[in-house]
Amino acid sequence: MFRQAPRLLARATSIMRARSFSTDLPAAPTSDSSFVEAWKKVIPNIDAPKTPLSFMQPRPPTPPSIPGKLTVNFVLPYQSELAAKEVDMVIIPATTGQMGVLPGHVATIAELKPGILSVHEGNDVTKYFVSSGFAFIHANSIADVVAVEAVPIDRIDPALVQKGLADFTQKLSTASTDLEKAEAQIGVDVHSALNSALTG
Amino acid sequence: MAMAALRREGRRFLPLMSSNSINAARSSIVSEDLAPQGARAISTQVVRNRMKSVKNIQKITKAMKMVAASKLRAIQVRAENSRGLWQPFTALLGDTPSVDVKKNVIVTISSDKGLCGGINSTSVKVSKSLYKWTSGPDKETKYVILGEKAKAQLVRDSKKDIEISITELQKNPLNYTQVSVLADDILKNVEYDALRIVFNKFHSVVSFMPTLATVLSPEVVEREAEAGGKLGDLDNYEIEGGETKGEILQNLAEFQFSCVLFNAVLENACSEQGARMSAMDSSSRNAGEMLDRLTLTYNRTRQASITTELIEIISGASALEG
Repeated sequence: MFRQAPRLLARATSIMRARSFSTDLPAAPTSDSSFVEAWKKVIPNIDAPKTPLSFMQPRPPTPPSIPGKLTVNFVLPYQSELAAKEVDMVIIPATTGQMGVLPGHVATIAELKPGILSVHEGNDVTKYFVSSGFAFIHANSIADVVAVEAVPIDRIDPALVQKGLADFTQKLSTASTDLEKAEAQIGVDVHSALNSALTG
Repeated sequence: MAMAALRREGRRFLPLMSSNSINAARSSIVSEDLAPQGARAISTQVVRNRMKSVKNIQKITKAMKMVAASKLRAIQVRAENSRGLWQPFTALLGDTPSVDVKKNVIVTISSDKGLCGGINSTSVKVSKSLYKWTSGPDKETKYVILGEKAKAQLVRDSKKDIEISITELQKNPLNYTQVSVLADDILKNVEYDALRIVFNKFHSVVSFMPTLATVLSPEVVEREAEAGGKLGDLDNYEIEGGETKGEILQNLAEFQFSCVLFNAVLENACSEQGARMSAMDSSSRNAGEMLDRLTLTYNRTRQASITTELIEIISGASALEG
């Protein structure tokens, strides 16, 4: 099997040349050396498994002065919508209301509610409707927004939004168990947020 | 020309030399392309059957390799797109595989189908070593198993430690909703201080790395944040929304688990297809080599039987001539 490895690799690289893996591994892979040593002490025969730290680019430290731009990473389960994009401002729909994030914002962990996320870059504003998720703002002016579902606003159909709102309001009034009430309430919340996103 | 004449002579002699019963016996093992009277002593039937079955196996494994390659292409795109999902969590909470906690839960991810090389055995080996590593006085470690293959291997000696086992994960194409329901199920039914997810990370078509991702429960996160070290900066973060910090951390831990599990399941599925591709590739190559060897044996056997028959004819003829 190992004799064939060079041939397989050549075939693999020719098939997969379009997808490069350079974005995955950092230039200098860091690993948790204390973990590896502790592992070797107990289990010397088997190699320690890799940990996520070795697959990630290390984050830059907090700069002494406030940087000019905010770096935004906006990720969804099936796509990285924005990856390390330099922007001026981001407005995120936190549970306490719309929150504007500028470079130099204090480090924050914010839970998101369904609403509009807008990314301001110069004069361009891109708006997404976000279902829910979390946003981490780090001290080094990097903002990570992790959402479950996000669509650009122009892809939302107003007619379906109205219909959904009506459906869920009706379900809420006829709900009997707590679970049904909670599900209907969530539906109402999301659809009314969608409604205000389209109109506002 | 001479050979044909000799063969005709042989046929004239054969009924004289052999009795009927021997002829009948010979006919029963004669091959289709010979006339019943020209039965050859050495039969190539056995070799021929083997060649046919090896050729079929080669075709099947080649087809399986093509199928695995196409499935790999489809799922690789999704796995790569989901790679950004766990990075914010590791950036915020760091990566602490050597955290010391009382209740460990090892989530082992494996495939349902076999013929995929050694990836499932690797996962099980790492899980068992992890069990040994995290065991100690006053500590307990449990398994949650995703996939039929790991269940088969772990049920043999760790049956009492398996909390939940889930199979047929890939019946429908993998998506985040399904995985988040699964994660919810696991979190509801299992008490944990630290969840350790063991899977094979897809590196390239020929290399898969056993990887360990750790998700801590909110209480442990608070404890570690107070103790300082990697999570010490956590207190510097303002908490927006929610009633208490504890509630936010709870939601955060659950969300992190579902995101990390989603990526892990996709990566493992990718690794499974890649491993199956290379296993089937080497299998069809081996079948090809076996077929070459069998062809040589077949030709040798065939030539030997013709030579033997010639010798019999010629010696018979020369015996008659005197």
